[in-house]
Amino acid sequence: MNTTTHAGLRIDLQLIADLVEPKSRVLDVGCGEGLLLSYLQDFRQVDGRGIELSMSGVREAVGQGLSVIQGDADTDLAAYPPDSFDYVILSKTLQATRNPRGVLENLLRIGRRAIVSFPNFGYWRNRLHLGLRGRMPVTSALSYQWYETPNIHFCTIRDFVVLSQDLGLVIETAFALDGAGHRRDWDVTGDWANLMGADAVFLLRRA
Amino acid sequence: MSTHLSIPHGKTVQLGVDRPMRLDCGVDLGPFTLAYETYGTLNADRSNAVLICHALTGDQYVASPNPVTGKPGWWSDLIGPGKIVDTERYFVICSNVLGGCMGSSGPYEVNPETGQPWGVTFPVITIGDMVRAQALLVDHLGIDTLFAVIGGSMGGMQVLEWCHSYPQRVFCAVPVATSYRHSAQNIAFHEVGRQAVMADPDWHNGDYHRHGTRPERGLAVARMAAHITYLSEPALQRKFGRRLQDRQSVTYGFDADFQVESYLRYQGSAFVDRFDANSYLYITRAMDYFDLAGANGGVLAHAFRGTATRFCVVSFSSDWLFTTAESRAIVHALNANAANVSFVEVQSDKGHDAFLLDEPEFHQTLTGFLRSAAEQRGLPRGPVSAAV
Repeated sequence: MNTTTHAGLRIDLQLIADLVEPKSRVLDVGCGEGLLLSYLQDFRQVDGRGIELSMSGVREAVGQGLSVIQGDADTDLAAYPPDSFDYVILSKTLQATRNPRGVLENLLRIGRRAIVSFPNFGYWRNRLHLGLRGRMPVTSALSYQWYETPNIHFCTIRDFVVLSQDLGLVIETAFALDGAGHRRDWDVTGDWANLMGADAVFLLRRA
Repeated sequence: MSTHLSIPHGKTVQLGVDRPMRLDCGVDLGPFTLAYETYGTLNADRSNAVLICHALTGDQYVASPNPVTGKPGWWSDLIGPGKIVDTERYFVICSNVLGGCMGSSGPYEVNPETGQPWGVTFPVITIGDMVRAQALLVDHLGIDTLFAVIGGSMGGMQVLEWCHSYPQRVFCAVPVATSYRHSAQNIAFHEVGRQAVMADPDWHNGDYHRHGTRPERGLAVARMAAHITYLSEPALQRKFGRRLQDRQSVTYGFDADFQVESYLRYQGSAFVDRFDANSYLYITRAMDYFDLAGANGGVLAHAFRGTATRFCVVSFSSDWLFTTAESRAIVHALNANAANVSFVEVQSDKGHDAFLLDEPEFHQTLTGFLRSAAEQRGLPRGPVSAAV
């Protein structure tokens, strides 16, 4: 999914950016080289911070003038006080954390809202790999073999909805992205979205 | 006195003239002298001042040749016209720390009351005292808020102390290869160095000026031991390995058979030509006493409560004197205040010394951070003169 918008932002990041109110305080967890952060700073005037695991990503981001620290979602969120940010963004990173539930709790402790995107393991192509071929899915979106993947905690859209409910979170907005990366306004709690959505984006807040 | 190092002084200022400065040890010091250098021009808003804090054996000659050694300024890679800290754009200040031996008041200087060098009668100073003295210098220069405070190692401790004691006066801060408190291991190494100095009969209980001697052997050993801690095992291996010094085989004696021995001996002897032994005792002690967490109820985060300063914390992967873990603790404490902080661990095998060397990743990080901070501060891009 390499399609970009006119601002040069990946479509999935653009869809996330569209959920962020201008001039808010944003923490982007797993911010990579800071593409989304720099977009949000330039076009949404946010006060942005980032956490990134890879040193090369951090150096690139800080070299561009972004406020980014080297760290990871599992260990570095605990230090932040409650309500430090208006939004905490976790883009395609949840499935790579050791403790996704703890991470999600932390996101909504330090942020008033969280925006979480993740690949849907219930997507039909993944089901095809597993159900018919009997192999772990290796697709363009999930391009790793099972023994080398950093993605250790896959979930389906429905799994995520259940976890959000367990944690007492309110889903303010949620949508699936189809295989081409386009936003589809299917009911994310339904079977269709769970089958046809390659990715999902959730905007959550505390109850 | 022939044993006294002959050090030409650059700029100096008398501080604590009207009112002495209360030191952490309880002694009132004043008037006292700070020797300093400046580079570039202060702009009309007085908003472009950058304070550089030097390390244990550094000095104020950060970007100009050192008058004692003739070597280029210790951070001249970083600071100068058109460089990362561009002296055409920023007004750069660097002072010799209180207790130093390059013109600032310290054990090496003459006590005006006795007409004799202070020696070990100089009061014991702390990182906090050094920073309070610098703040008086910054007052003297008519500057309210510093655009940036930058320093590595002990200089980084001063940066953190500035951010703790004068948060409103620091727009952005770059603590490099440093810690919020001196570790037990680092105190231990310092103690080895001090014991080497004090074991030298020429030290004369710190009164060597009067005896016309200098504890050069002790100070050289202290420097040799310390120098090892500034490097790394891979760097030493790469630089020297087990190679022999100007000989084909070992001599079965205690000459410097190995290149690494010869190198350390050179480092030791070069050091004593430019540094005062008592000053070494005082400054190492100041580092040992530094504990920003301890000074804030054991909670480092409390040291930065409500800070609006923008931080860029930098560590080096092979630095075992001031480890990445210590920098990360600083970052976590800043996060606990939701502070604006960047943190980079630079990959380098050069150990602690890396902060003084040509490390492109460090320089790239600092460039981006300062550019962004200068924009936030509203500093014009061009040279100062063009901006007025």
